[in-house]
Amino acid sequence: MPSELLRIATAGSVDDGKSTLIGRLLHDTKSIFEDQLESIERTSEKRGDEQTDLALLTDGLRAEREQGITIDVAHRYFATPKRKFVIADTPGHIQYTRNMVTGASTANLALLLVDARKGVLEQTRRHALLSSLLRVPHLVLCVNKMDLVDYDEAIYDEIREEFTSFAAKLEITDLGFVPISALEGDNVVDRSLNMPWFDGQPLLGHLEDVHIASDRNLVDNRFPVQYVIRPQSSENRDYRGFAGSVVGGIFKQGDEVMVMPSRQKSTIAQIDTPNGAVDQAFPPMAVTVLLEDELDVSRGDMICRPTNQPTASRRFEAMVCWFDETSSLRTGAPYQLKHTTRWVTAEIEELRYQLDVDTLHRDLGPETLEVNDIGRVAIHTTSPLFFDEYRLNRTTGSFILVDPATDLTVAAGMIIGSGGEGEGSSVVAENITFHPSKLSREDRWQALETSGATIWLTGLSGSGKSTIATAVEHTLVSDGHAAYMLDGDNLRHGLNANLGFSAEDRAENVRRVGEVAKVLADSGAIAIVSLVSPYAEDRDRVRAAHEEAGLPFYEVFVDTPLEECERRDPKGLYAKARAGEITDLTGVGSPYEAPERPDLKPAADLETAVREVLGLLG
Amino acid sequence: MDETTQVRTPAVELTDLDTLEAESIHIIREVVAEFENPVMLFSGGKDSVLMLHLARKAFAPSPVPFPIMHVDTGHNFPEVIEFRDRTVEQHGLRLEVASVQELIDAGRIKVAHELESRNRHQTVALLEALQGGGYDAVFGGGRRDEEKARAKERVFSFRDKFGQWDPKNQRPELWRLYNGRHRKGEHIRVFPISDWTELDVWRYLAREQVDLPQIYFAHEREVVDHEGLLMAVNEFFPLPEGAQIERLMVRYRTVGDATGTGAVLSQATSYEAVIEETAVSRITERGATRGDDRFSEAAMEDRKKEGYF
Repeated sequence: MPSELLRIATAGSVDDGKSTLIGRLLHDTKSIFEDQLESIERTSEKRGDEQTDLALLTDGLRAEREQGITIDVAHRYFATPKRKFVIADTPGHIQYTRNMVTGASTANLALLLVDARKGVLEQTRRHALLSSLLRVPHLVLCVNKMDLVDYDEAIYDEIREEFTSFAAKLEITDLGFVPISALEGDNVVDRSLNMPWFDGQPLLGHLEDVHIASDRNLVDNRFPVQYVIRPQSSENRDYRGFAGSVVGGIFKQGDEVMVMPSRQKSTIAQIDTPNGAVDQAFPPMAVTVLLEDELDVSRGDMICRPTNQPTASRRFEAMVCWFDETSSLRTGAPYQLKHTTRWVTAEIEELRYQLDVDTLHRDLGPETLEVNDIGRVAIHTTSPLFFDEYRLNRTTGSFILVDPATDLTVAAGMIIGSGGEGEGSSVVAENITFHPSKLSREDRWQALETSGATIWLTGLSGSGKSTIATAVEHTLVSDGHAAYMLDGDNLRHGLNANLGFSAEDRAENVRRVGEVAKVLADSGAIAIVSLVSPYAEDRDRVRAAHEEAGLPFYEVFVDTPLEECERRDPKGLYAKARAGEITDLTGVGSPYEAPERPDLKPAADLETAVREVLGLLG
Repeated sequence: MDETTQVRTPAVELTDLDTLEAESIHIIREVVAEFENPVMLFSGGKDSVLMLHLARKAFAPSPVPFPIMHVDTGHNFPEVIEFRDRTVEQHGLRLEVASVQELIDAGRIKVAHELESRNRHQTVALLEALQGGGYDAVFGGGRRDEEKARAKERVFSFRDKFGQWDPKNQRPELWRLYNGRHRKGEHIRVFPISDWTELDVWRYLAREQVDLPQIYFAHEREVVDHEGLLMAVNEFFPLPEGAQIERLMVRYRTVGDATGTGAVLSQATSYEAVIEETAVSRITERGATRGDDRFSEAAMEDRKKEGYF
């Protein structure tokens, strides 16, 4: 019996044989019933076809039969002993980009076809782009009609190379190629005897074996509450369960969780599933979560971990695909936006650019988007959404827009990042253009005979970060280097005076310090940061920002055991935390995520530690 | 994604049936959360039995938070009516019956003769009952693998004030973001088991040991071979001239109007045996048992446009 479900989105141009390929897959996996086969045999005969047209199996509606093309998303099912397959068959012609987007939105794999005689066409590129935009994890390009080019390996190789170089511009994580003839059945189910030069798997084998389990995000716990279950019966009077589908991470009984937007914390008391209570729940399970504490939770709320929250913001940036034929995008007009289990009112504040899906060119300053257009927008909502970037989570990063005048779904959107407001961490501000300094970094560093970098010391309070940082700064400056220490505590008196110690504020604290360090490093100085910075994600973001700017970044983990930090307690913080006077002290009331691969874990004695840190700079 | 997600952890994978179950439950919960007055169609057929079973799971330990509706053609298999009433009793459900016979008696539906198939007339009774009850969402057990026109059906299928389906004017469905917004008088048909195949349904019902009407399992019955369909000999089926009555082991693959639903030869008296037969069956369930779908290739499409399920 099949054990896993694979969703496939197919796409192709009008005549590249997509319907025939699907018909062939259904036929050769014995998924076609005799009465269906007889019916299409009769039709083929009536039309005077030479052989039974397998494409007739999938061309459903009468309008299609008249025009001889498919016009909408159709679903097909077949199974092999290894897997159950659902095909969302989407048409290839130009006016139906939206159907391709629809099919791709839930697909594990995109199946693209090209005609071996025609090679990579505009359509092929467009569909590859859409698959990449929709983050379909796997893509297979079938070079079809190989029988019409005498099964020529050189033709296949040429198409393969051309597509590979195009795909390099996109974000496609897994790309496969199969030379086939859907009409003759070559390399569809069975290996083709006509193409002995092809050493890969036939298409079906590929579909059966492609690994999809790790495509899900199992790291960031996300549970949008769908419905609250409160039985009125006497035996279940105290039952209060939050029903929904897990869309990210693995929830376990006993986990500490936080509910957005109230930010109240509790512990998972029980996870009920349709088939009884379980220890853990993961995507795409539909479960009911019970909490230890009586919190006010309703539909539209999101359960996550206190240490790993989605971005909460009223502003964000997104790519949208326009779906409606009867209206075009209107900036400033109210739309209804559905995100996970939440409806909010939204307006498109700005249309930043339109993406030319054929050339990947960004057309700046378009007036509007029409049906099948794709563009980047800035969106403002009346109440905050709790989201992740689409590339990290296809569920918490996606939304639809509905026109309140017609109730039609007019657009589909994929979130790129937060639009600021200080609520989020990844601030996207594309409307601010950078003033490039007249002096290049190279010129500056050369003239000053210096080269900038950031040394980032992370660790518990009392671990000795500042001691090391001070000593390193002293040594560098004594040797004639521009070095400057950024101390977390000191900065909290000025630059970060408005921040507290919640996870968001800590994230923002780290971001700001990271930005200052970057500016210092860019100027040619060695920025030495001494900051608890407890969350790996926040530190990683600073590293990424440095990498993007082409500046060296060294993460130094001052790994002093908690007991030792507490024994030292230079600021008396641990004593206060233990006495309950302060909460959220890292290591006591708040977690510390140790770096997995720091650039350096310095020795315990100061002299060696300083030498090791200086060694990083070469 | 970072490296931790690349670790393969078999403990966090679902089987295909568990995935289908989770997706269906998600849809059912979504409807109850967003609509004021949903209702679930229940014919006693295996698809509606599956759908009701999923609905019970979706809200446990609460009872199913909406009524069920039976569109009663008056041409019923007695086993099915008995099963329906037993199910309602057992799970404390609210049952509403939309009666075709009542509409015929009231002269609202004209029939050429008493024993013609009433599948078409179900549409009128259904639409009247929906309007009368003010229902804004109707769960149906349609599956996309049943028939070509259904392959294009959305999960949330929008119907206008006249209950009509326009294949060119359906809302796009992306991810699992269903748009159920509607005006007064309009409603949405919801198909929570769209992605299940006949074999999936049987495998799941067997796994869960869900009760079904007896006629789904092989039993001896007097039948006549009528234009390739095995029709039961009963008051709803006038014996054609020269018909040969045979006593055969048969079962039904679908349950519809008793005048138009044929049986198939079968020895399958258990779930396991039915699954085995289904897995090797070479004929679609509608092709094998529904007289009304066979007249034209576009028969289903025409009926859907009129508001049929």
